[in-house]
Amino acid sequence: MTSGTTGGSGARDTVLGRVRDALALAPPRETAVPRAYRTGRRLPDDERLALFTDRLTDYRATVLTCTADGTAAAVARALADRGARRIGVPAGLDRSWLADWDGEVREDSSDVPPRDLESLDGVVTASAAGCAETGTVFLDASPDQGRRALSLVPDLHVCVVDLSAVEAGVPEALARVVPGRPTTLISGPSATSDIELERVEGVHGPRTLVVVVRTDM
Amino acid sequence: MSRPESRGTGSTFLGMPARPPRVPYGDGNLRGEEAFPRAAAGELRNEQLRRNLGRATGTIRGKRLAVTGELPDWEELRDAGAALKTDALNRLPELLEELERKVTERGGTVHWARDGAEANAIVTRLVKAAGSDEVIKVKSMATQEIGLNEHLEDAGITPWETDLAELIVQLGHDRPSHILVPAIHRNRDEIREIFLKEIPGVDPSLDSVPAHLAAAARAYLREKFMTTRVAVSGANFGIAETGTLGVVESEGNGRMCLTLPETLITVMGIEKVLPRHQDLEVFLQLLPRSSTGERMNPYTSLWTGVTEGDGPQDFHLVLLDNGRTAALADAVGRQALNCIRCSACLNVCPVYERVGGHAYGSTYPGPIGAVLTPQLAGMHAADDDPNSSLPYASTLCGACYDACPVKIDIPSLLVELRHQKTEESGRSAERLAMRAAAAVMGRPRLWTAAQRTARLGRALAGRDGTIGRLPAPFSGWSDTRDTPAPPKHTFRDWFASDEGAAALRDAAREGERRRAERRTSGDDQEDQ
Repeated sequence: MTSGTTGGSGARDTVLGRVRDALALAPPRETAVPRAYRTGRRLPDDERLALFTDRLTDYRATVLTCTADGTAAAVARALADRGARRIGVPAGLDRSWLADWDGEVREDSSDVPPRDLESLDGVVTASAAGCAETGTVFLDASPDQGRRALSLVPDLHVCVVDLSAVEAGVPEALARVVPGRPTTLISGPSATSDIELERVEGVHGPRTLVVVVRTDM
Repeated sequence: MSRPESRGTGSTFLGMPARPPRVPYGDGNLRGEEAFPRAAAGELRNEQLRRNLGRATGTIRGKRLAVTGELPDWEELRDAGAALKTDALNRLPELLEELERKVTERGGTVHWARDGAEANAIVTRLVKAAGSDEVIKVKSMATQEIGLNEHLEDAGITPWETDLAELIVQLGHDRPSHILVPAIHRNRDEIREIFLKEIPGVDPSLDSVPAHLAAAARAYLREKFMTTRVAVSGANFGIAETGTLGVVESEGNGRMCLTLPETLITVMGIEKVLPRHQDLEVFLQLLPRSSTGERMNPYTSLWTGVTEGDGPQDFHLVLLDNGRTAALADAVGRQALNCIRCSACLNVCPVYERVGGHAYGSTYPGPIGAVLTPQLAGMHAADDDPNSSLPYASTLCGACYDACPVKIDIPSLLVELRHQKTEESGRSAERLAMRAAAAVMGRPRLWTAAQRTARLGRALAGRDGTIGRLPAPFSGWSDTRDTPAPPKHTFRDWFASDEGAAALRDAAREGERRRAERRTSGDDQEDQ
């Protein structure tokens, strides 16, 4: 028994014993896992951008494209268009992205109580990867993305993505994620379909997602 | 399986494998109050329910077909998904131990629970140890299954469901009726009524626009997210290789529960383990497209143990058996454990669509529930067990098999469970009748005589030529279907009669005529 296991070794040994008994009573046939599905896909930049934009827009996210030099202007526009005045940023965010922004900026840290995040109009983060086919942005809690709560509590999330980190499909995008990091996959704004399956944006997470895609990175 | 089992120890002697026990009778939410036919009859009378269900399942079927059709490798993904789950079950002991080791290495604590009662006790103890008298909950089938909420309430702990549909169910003092959209049986007006009655301080002018209802839920739960120190979740996946757990959701309530509290307790069925992190690439394509008909669900959270400065600093994983090993011991039935809880089978099932989830009595309704529930909790012949009726809650049309992203052969499992039920029901009337029929069919003269006698059955039939109710012991058959009246003549009588002989002559003449026609029109024409 490992030191982190509690609840009595009795239950652990019993459950594992039952599993072994079950497999002994009905010995399974060995199963090979066929992986004939698509992996390692490559799509040209323009096709990946078009697909990514289409899928994000379909899920009612807003997509802005810019060059690396134009990041600050795009971020400022995304924030200003939605009337944000006070934003939060992770400690490791490239501050040059906020060069054109004249509102208040609060740097997040783990000492800030989640409740304080509610007073923010929005948050700006970077991202770890993207998936074009599903319109998904991957955050892995790197210093330029911050802790998970930061991109969750405020109602507006502006997420900067480099097109070079956007992959065609799920297998390719997932391969960019470092296993073991707190990882959040975001596909459009918060949504529910629980009332007569009618999609409603924004239940508990950000109601607005703006993805700023830097096309020359 | 034929009688309630006591809580087994599972320990083995001298290498003799013992059959793992099913869920103790009466524990948790894996058994309804009444058998399926009776429960279904009640639900069928609810027109509002049928309308809500018909609309909802129709919509979701269309969406699912559209997005699965987008992927040219959908069948290959299904093959991979089915094989991955099967392989994981085959290697369950090593994978569970690996998962335990990795979670522990990353600062989490792993607990094992033989059954729901044990899991409930572990969670209760952990909540109390954290000094809290309330928990926020992410929608979770495993905690529904074991009746965690009821148990927590009895222990003086308030559970707050935070998924919108689960909240509607909880506030409505109702039960979930669908795996994915538990409040599928409610429409917007009913939901508005529930909110007006149950949410303290709700705006009395609240209308029934879904966006406004969702906003009311958001306002109501915000405070809970910010102040509750303990969260309870389930898990869609547990990755053995890395100790990573995953929750797939839409609303962000999951993210709130998984990141804001100080303590996180995750209850995971042992069948949810996957070997490798890479395996997520298959299930993150299969699950959202099959369940909500989306290319990807809005939010997926993956976490591994405890991460300093990000999320709960106290993490507990409860690994739950609760009948899963009993299902695993069945060479045919075990494939029900491959289920990833997408609910695609519910949405395509003609039976589910008409009777809804409550008729099944279990946390797991619909086709998958009809095969999973009896395996987890058993079919007890002794006391007219509702679970014994579940394998019959199907037309065996096979739509569920076609829809299942991990290719669970639900129709075959239903037939196998019917077989097991019949085998174990002992000297039932049904069995005696079948044995008598076999004896008669084996002797031609008796068979002819029996068929003639059956003509008397016409006297029972109504004007529409069907018999509505048969006397016992055949009432079990006639309660759920009409029996066609026996024909006036048996086939043997007809064959021997003048009428039969004339019909056969006519048929022979017709065949001769067609052959002649074909010869004159050139013999390469196929007869249509």
